[in-house]
Amino acid sequence: MANHSTASHVQHHFVDSEQQFDSAKMGMWIFLVTEILFFGGLFAAYIIYRAWYPELYTMASEELDTLWGGVNTIVLIGSSLTVAMAIKSAQLNQKKGIIINLGITIALACVFMVIKYFEYTHKFHLGIFPGEFYTYEGIDHPKANIFFSLYYMMTGLHGIHVLVGIGLMIWLLIKASKGAFHSEYYTPVEITGLYWHLVDIIWIFLFPLFYLID
Amino acid sequence: MATAEASSGSNTKKLQVRRYKPDERAEKNYINITKGIWSWLTTLDHKRIGLLYLAGISLFFAVGGILALLVRMELWTPGPTLGFLTADGYNQMFTLHGAIMIFLFLVPSVPAVLGNFIMPIQLGAKDVAFPRLNLMSWYLYMIGAIGTVYVIIAGGIDTGWTFYTPYSSSTGGAVTAMTFGVFIIGFSSILTGVNFITTIHKMRAPGLTWGKLPLFCWGLYATSIIQILATPVLAITLLLVGMERILGVGIFDPALGGDPVLYQHFFWFYSHPAVYIMIVPGFGIVSEVVSTFSKKTVFGYWAIALSSLAIAFIGFLVWGHHMFTSGQASLASTIFSFLTFLVGIPTGIKMFNWLATMHKGSISLQTPLLYVLGFFFLFLIGGLTGIVLATIALDIHLHDTYYVVAHFHFVMVGGMVMAFLAGLHYWWPKMFGKMYNETLAKIACGLILLGFNVTFLPQFVMGAQGMPRRYYNYLEQFTAYHQVSTVGAFILGAGFFLVLIYLTHSLIKGKKAGANPWNSRAMEWQIASPAPPHNFEHTPVVIHGPYDYHQPMEDFQLGLIQNGHSAHHGVEVQSDSEEVEAEE
Amino acid sequence: MDLFKDLLLPPAKSTVADNYDQLFEFVHMSSLLLTIAVLAAIIYFIIKYRRKSENEVTPVITHNNALEITWSVVPLVLVLFIFGWGFQVFLDMTSPPDDAYEVQVTAQKWLWRFQYENGASSTGELHVPADRPVRLVMSSNDVIHSFFVPDYRIKQDVVPGRYTSVWFNAPETGESTIFCTEYCGTDHSNMTGSVVVHEEDEFETWLAENAGGGTKPDDLTPAEWGEQLVQENACNTCHSTDGTELTGPTWQGKFGSEEPLSDGSTVTVDENYLRESILQPGAHIVQGYDNVMPPYQGVLSDEQINAIIEYIKTLK
Repeated sequence: MANHSTASHVQHHFVDSEQQFDSAKMGMWIFLVTEILFFGGLFAAYIIYRAWYPELYTMASEELDTLWGGVNTIVLIGSSLTVAMAIKSAQLNQKKGIIINLGITIALACVFMVIKYFEYTHKFHLGIFPGEFYTYEGIDHPKANIFFSLYYMMTGLHGIHVLVGIGLMIWLLIKASKGAFHSEYYTPVEITGLYWHLVDIIWIFLFPLFYLID
Repeated sequence: MATAEASSGSNTKKLQVRRYKPDERAEKNYINITKGIWSWLTTLDHKRIGLLYLAGISLFFAVGGILALLVRMELWTPGPTLGFLTADGYNQMFTLHGAIMIFLFLVPSVPAVLGNFIMPIQLGAKDVAFPRLNLMSWYLYMIGAIGTVYVIIAGGIDTGWTFYTPYSSSTGGAVTAMTFGVFIIGFSSILTGVNFITTIHKMRAPGLTWGKLPLFCWGLYATSIIQILATPVLAITLLLVGMERILGVGIFDPALGGDPVLYQHFFWFYSHPAVYIMIVPGFGIVSEVVSTFSKKTVFGYWAIALSSLAIAFIGFLVWGHHMFTSGQASLASTIFSFLTFLVGIPTGIKMFNWLATMHKGSISLQTPLLYVLGFFFLFLIGGLTGIVLATIALDIHLHDTYYVVAHFHFVMVGGMVMAFLAGLHYWWPKMFGKMYNETLAKIACGLILLGFNVTFLPQFVMGAQGMPRRYYNYLEQFTAYHQVSTVGAFILGAGFFLVLIYLTHSLIKGKKAGANPWNSRAMEWQIASPAPPHNFEHTPVVIHGPYDYHQPMEDFQLGLIQNGHSAHHGVEVQSDSEEVEAEE
Repeated sequence: MDLFKDLLLPPAKSTVADNYDQLFEFVHMSSLLLTIAVLAAIIYFIIKYRRKSENEVTPVITHNNALEITWSVVPLVLVLFIFGWGFQVFLDMTSPPDDAYEVQVTAQKWLWRFQYENGASSTGELHVPADRPVRLVMSSNDVIHSFFVPDYRIKQDVVPGRYTSVWFNAPETGESTIFCTEYCGTDHSNMTGSVVVHEEDEFETWLAENAGGGTKPDDLTPAEWGEQLVQENACNTCHSTDGTELTGPTWQGKFGSEEPLSDGSTVTVDENYLRESILQPGAHIVQGYDNVMPPYQGVLSDEQINAIIEYIKTLK
């Protein structure tokens, strides 16, 4: 039996590196399941209100800018690719590759947030606020405020997840620059990557559900 | 030294195994290895974290219990009884009682205390998969809990623990801060679930196959699945209630075009499965205790293990039975009623299998088993009145009356608290290496059983006669029932107080307990009491299941000479490895 | 035989109550039998198989599939039977006959208001004819309430922003209590009322007398009528007339007095202030009280408000 269990990155309660890696990965997958259910509540509310007021969704969706939404989709998909490349670099012991790829991912995530910021401020400018503060009169529907409540809740919560992801990747970047990751140990990069893919996938659902309604 | 044949699929590996005897009085254990309050507050040891939780939940159980006594005293007469308690004060009091008992006691008690302490040892692991996450869960729990209690008291929250909208989005008081507190506690619960599932999957000792997994672990596994699937929905629901108050989001508020019944769907989608979060780990304890004190293999191991999972899954599909009178569609109510009956079946299966385990056993009526017998009686009544309430027509009349109050107290206190006490008494020697006073323990068990029935049986009667719940004032005709119930509550309180006294006493003056005072075959009894710091000196090897009382004790005391080989390597020690010899 | 019905249930005063009670009796009786059987088994086992020595060896019985199937299928059949029966009774309880007499019900903190076809209305007391199906169409002005009459075995939540309905048929005359069973705040437990069942002709008379929303009966002075309105509208749930502190300020000696307000100013309690406090209670709140009273705009007519003010004036 290979006795590499004494490696410094293996915590005392694990038998070997492989067990530690598998555990971390599984833990992250389970956590992602809870994330999906967390958003699932909002998706359920979305579906229920859409079933009740289908015409509202068609009308209100026109207020959302499909172009910038589309750009953001591409930005996030690109960042998913770079985070996957960061993991690959870690597996190949390429310290520089990890740092460059993580850097691009962080930059793309920031681009996403900046575009989101301009979308929000544009709407606030028109008086499209959530719920009871809604004052916009361009949509002729009594429940238009509910649509935008859902819009702000879902994209806002997603935005918070993007911010958390940026924070995590900055932390990874610092650790990577100290040479913490190599082919034997890259668990944090791998599981942060998993998290980032989830953030990406949720956006891939949000984009058509809000922006692309005919 | 000897070798045992082990096979992994077609491969055969040689495992070097040796026998050990549990150290009866190890010098170093997890309690005395380091000293000082700081070493406890920064500990990563699952056993210490279990005790930290024990301290937390005991505190909140005491607070919740005192509130219950105040509520019962107030109900001694119709209208105002206690001078200082107005209707608003009373409403805040039952809200506080419900919220504390559910979120701060019932949900975390068995998994976070006993699960944390015992489960890794039962798996033959040194710790849970993520010890730091485990400690963080405890801090989240304490922060959320203290915050919640503070906010309810300071902010005067009177919504009931269910926070129904639009009442909760319109009433005064700090509901926003409160939902945030419960949100944090929910997060703690989710992280514990993630940790436990990973631990059970990845940290099992060599040879510990799913078919040999102790039933307590099966119970925790089912519980953790519910925790990770249901709690996020509660989190998002409470977030929406909070946002409703801050931003006027209006998804649940009819004044803004929202739907209050949607809130109830969201809320019960979590809170019904939460009932199983509370009770399923209790089932696990009962299985362990029944087998140990009957000294007999568990009857229908797979039936008990899989029925926990069945309950967990069907439990997700029955939330609408809380809403038969809410105005939801009749068809929906009918389907929910039907599914609710189905969830009764696996519960019944467990009950019958436990009884069959006792059949032809060697039954020793010690305290843990007494609590389990109490559990059988109370949980049976709780379960059968559950069938009554699942019957859609019968529920219409009984919904939101004291009948329901009595029903869920029979399930939660009669079921879950009795199971928790059984587990606490069962594993007490392992936790502290001390024995409690058996006579006092039996008296306390009797007091609790008596007090409980005197408190809650009259509530079935007045509930069926029409006494609604959450009433400060009530009609004269219910006075006698309320008074009997109040007397019972004090007997019950005295019982719990007695438990506190003799358990504390045992810590100081209790008789020393051996490694295996009950002669159990389960793995946690094969190590010293109190448990050593890292549980096992040698990675244990599992040949027989934890209930194989027909196998010699020596077969349960095997360990690997070298580290390596966790269960996920697929290593299995064959049961015909009789050639193992002791190396003494 | 009717052990549980007699011990647990209130008198059956509606047509569905009898069906309900039979089902209730059946489920409880079978539960009792099962409980006794299980208890007997436990007691038998702990006596018969009590541990006699520490070295006892127990037989290895791991499972028995026939038994497992038996104790899964038999309870399943039983609960399916109960489900079916329960469903049938539920259908009876939720399907009102077409010719049901309709009453509009409005719930608000913390009173019940009933409006009848001819414009008559009543608060706290629901008047219905005997032996005739009655359907209530209900809605709430504020939070969720629930309409519960134990004697009829009916209950239905009353939800803001939508209508729910419930029906019953009370064959005999008499009175039954109404409870609110969905928690609704401070005076939830005082949000009670009663159903008064009249003979058909008696009911018609009552209806005719109250047509048009209620005007002052000729034999009462305005203050006396005001007192009656105070009872009907359950004002005295929160406002005492003898100085007792309840949810709202007492009315005793209030008229003409100076009251400090929550914004620091003071007000003289006169007709205008009382009128405003009834129609828009939140406008000026007396110091030390919460803004919990619902507005009575559209509930009370001017004439009725005047009568109530006259009554308050008499409370020295």
